[in-house]
Amino acid sequence: MNAAPHHDWRRHTRKQTLRRFAIELAIAMAVVWAATGLDIYWPFLWDAPPTVLDLARRMLPPDWSFFDNIVPPMIETVNIATLGTILAVFMAFPVAVISARNTTPNAATYWLGRLIVVSSRSVNELVWGLIMVVFFGPGALAGVAAIALRSVGFTAKLLAEAIEEIDRGQVEAIEASGASRPLVFLYGIVPQIMPAFWGVTVFRWDINIRQSSVIGLVGAGGIGIVLNSAMNLFRWDQVTVILIAIFAVVLVSETVSAALRAKYT
Amino acid sequence: MSAAPPPAPLPVPLGTPATGRTWRKPGFVENAWLRWGILLVLAAYLIYASAAVDLNVARMLRGLPRARDFLLQMFPPDFSRWDLLYTGVLESLQMAVFSTAIGSVLSIPIAIGAATNVAPRPIYLLCRGWISISRTFPEVIIAIFFVKAFGFGPFSGVLTLIVASTGFVGKMLAEDIEDIDNGQVEAIEATGAGWSKMLLYAVFPQVMPRLVGLVVYRLDINLRESTIIGIVGAGGIGGALFNSFLRYEYDFSLAILLVIIALVLVAEWASGVIRERIT
Repeated sequence: MNAAPHHDWRRHTRKQTLRRFAIELAIAMAVVWAATGLDIYWPFLWDAPPTVLDLARRMLPPDWSFFDNIVPPMIETVNIATLGTILAVFMAFPVAVISARNTTPNAATYWLGRLIVVSSRSVNELVWGLIMVVFFGPGALAGVAAIALRSVGFTAKLLAEAIEEIDRGQVEAIEASGASRPLVFLYGIVPQIMPAFWGVTVFRWDINIRQSSVIGLVGAGGIGIVLNSAMNLFRWDQVTVILIAIFAVVLVSETVSAALRAKYT
Repeated sequence: MSAAPPPAPLPVPLGTPATGRTWRKPGFVENAWLRWGILLVLAAYLIYASAAVDLNVARMLRGLPRARDFLLQMFPPDFSRWDLLYTGVLESLQMAVFSTAIGSVLSIPIAIGAATNVAPRPIYLLCRGWISISRTFPEVIIAIFFVKAFGFGPFSGVLTLIVASTGFVGKMLAEDIEDIDNGQVEAIEATGAGWSKMLLYAVFPQVMPRLVGLVVYRLDINLRESTIIGIVGAGGIGGALFNSFLRYEYDFSLAILLVIIALVLVAEWASGVIRERIT
């Protein structure tokens, strides 16, 4: 390289600059493509501030007399989330065992485990809700089933990762004592994944509290049903109360979950 | 070779605990009272909650034949209305890309405002408040809101995803800004640079790689959500999915679901690959 008597410092070489420019251009083109492809009447945007202000005026002040009506559905929401999580955890255990490389009996069971994890995780709880309402009819039961089915994949995936990361030594020690396979699992593997297990369970419960506030929109029980009907009746002052309640419950569950995880995992 | 010496007789027969006590597996909670207390409370809760949500075996069994009918009607998936499916998925994709772009740009000032080390107190509280509101509510609730305010269609969906993105990216980026190396900030400030120069030369270079990672991750999430919020009328493929359920066209529902799952998997994979390369 020729040492020029004077040259400006540059952060990137010419090749790097070109590459960055190409990536930036591609991103810009993707955004323009998305913006122009969308069926949006852009002058709507100018109406946005007055519309939002109008909505805010209808929402305030909150109709606190409605508060008594939302306590039972709110409790139902928490119950749906909690039962759904417990159910999911029970179902997730065997799925985690077959989808961890070191505990799965054979390749077929491994892929079965992966299939369950993927299909549970990639279908949204609202869609699970729609399906479960077909099965069980509208109500909290469908909600519990939907939350459970949606959470199985997440819980099993994280548990399987914990199983894959265990210390082999303990398993070999138990095997050396002549223990059978179930005993090896119970004494060699389970104690090692317990912290991860509690962490994942509490974390998922926290997520589920949030999710079970919406599944009522498809008829699967909880506060979502009340929210939907208040909106359909244009009772925005009641909607505010419901939103504040959801906000409070989610905040509490988040705090509880964070505190538990910090203490025990 | 000499014969192996006979094994010495064991001091105590095998299986007899040396201390006279039998080993027990420790419980998951050390204190026995606490352990049984937790189990009792859990059992009581399960009984109460199962009754409260009417969780009983009879009702579940009654669902089984309906489940069978449903599954039978789902197969084979009906891809015949491919154009409807295609338009919906395309709209979801465009909503995701556009709202991620706008949301990320908006989240930068919010993140700066929500970082204690660079923002004044009142601004900090304002930005933290915005972040916690937009993060607490699920996308679907935000979507209903915008649908009521601006009507059906992708406009409401885009606004929803923008709001949700600012909460997510804003929070994560604010934490990164709080974690930066202060030495660089002091170095730039020592040159006499103002607040904006300090941000540009000391803060941004440190958080840029993380920001790019966050944006890619959020694009992945937005794509997932953009396939769902159509259920409440906020554009994308979700609307077609919801309608197919309402019309009992479960074979079309399955086709849509399969496409959504494929899309989500590809997005998750691509997002993982990109994040691995840049961070």
